[in-house]
Amino acid sequence: MPVNSDFQGRVYPPTETYRVSAAKIREFAEAVGSADRVHVDAEVARARGYADVIAPPTFAVLIAQQCDGQLIRDPEAGIDFSRVVHGEQRFVHHRPLTAGDAVVGTLHVDTVREAGGHAMVTTRTELATEAGEAVCTATSTIVIRGGE
Amino acid sequence: MSTTPSTPSTPSTTPAAVRSFSEVSVGDALPATTVHVDRARLVQYAGASLDRNRIHWDEPFAKAVGLPDVIAHGMFTMGSAVTLVTAWVGDAGRVVEYGVRFTRPVVVPYDAGADIEVSGVVKSVDPETKRVTVELTATAAGEKVLGRALAVAVLD
Repeated sequence: MPVNSDFQGRVYPPTETYRVSAAKIREFAEAVGSADRVHVDAEVARARGYADVIAPPTFAVLIAQQCDGQLIRDPEAGIDFSRVVHGEQRFVHHRPLTAGDAVVGTLHVDTVREAGGHAMVTTRTELATEAGEAVCTATSTIVIRGGE
Repeated sequence: MSTTPSTPSTPSTTPAAVRSFSEVSVGDALPATTVHVDRARLVQYAGASLDRNRIHWDEPFAKAVGLPDVIAHGMFTMGSAVTLVTAWVGDAGRVVEYGVRFTRPVVVPYDAGADIEVSGVVKSVDPETKRVTVELTATAAGEKVLGRALAVAVLD
């Protein structure tokens, strides 16, 4: 088994604060080709009721993958990063990530299982403001390919 | 820069015209689009997302680990496909849930790049919450690259 199954159910301590910037939102929106002005123009965002420019729906992966790194780099987990393939990804937004947000991520290892000689690990990152307001739940399944 | 999308030059104070729930029915098709992706775009996405895995920009490295060529970030495909939904809804902030399975990689050759064909159809509507669920289909080189791609948006 290429992954330590004892990790199922593990919860990592909250990460250090990630500060969401308008510049990073713009950069990400341009990279995925989102033309919505709500990512780049604060006036447009405020006219729609947001405090500032908001991030595209998949922006949270940037923060979630930093959180996942805690598990992937954990030597006791036994994950060979060169064999990792992204299998599934899901976001539930409690509200849009907004420029100026200071968020922390808490990584939960929901399931570790084996199928067809591969290991599959599902992690869930709960993103919340420093004040504790839930912002986004990002769920990711990675597949660690077994040896041939 | 050629990879930066052009944006409409509407007055910046124009409020969003969010799609009205009453005009949406199950089975409605969203306007399909083609996302062209080349190596420059993958480098741009790598920098923006901080996912700098070499398989997404270094061809000899990608081939050395058994891939046919450089492949796009799954998250690039996921992120660009949902722009179909956000444009149709009228406000990116209305997408409250979005999930996909990555079924096949998008192979991105040096010269030609790749085209990802994205379409979407309304699968369900909920009058209580004005939530609509859109199923996206994304194909490259004739193969589905996303599975179970569902986005939920709240309409007006």
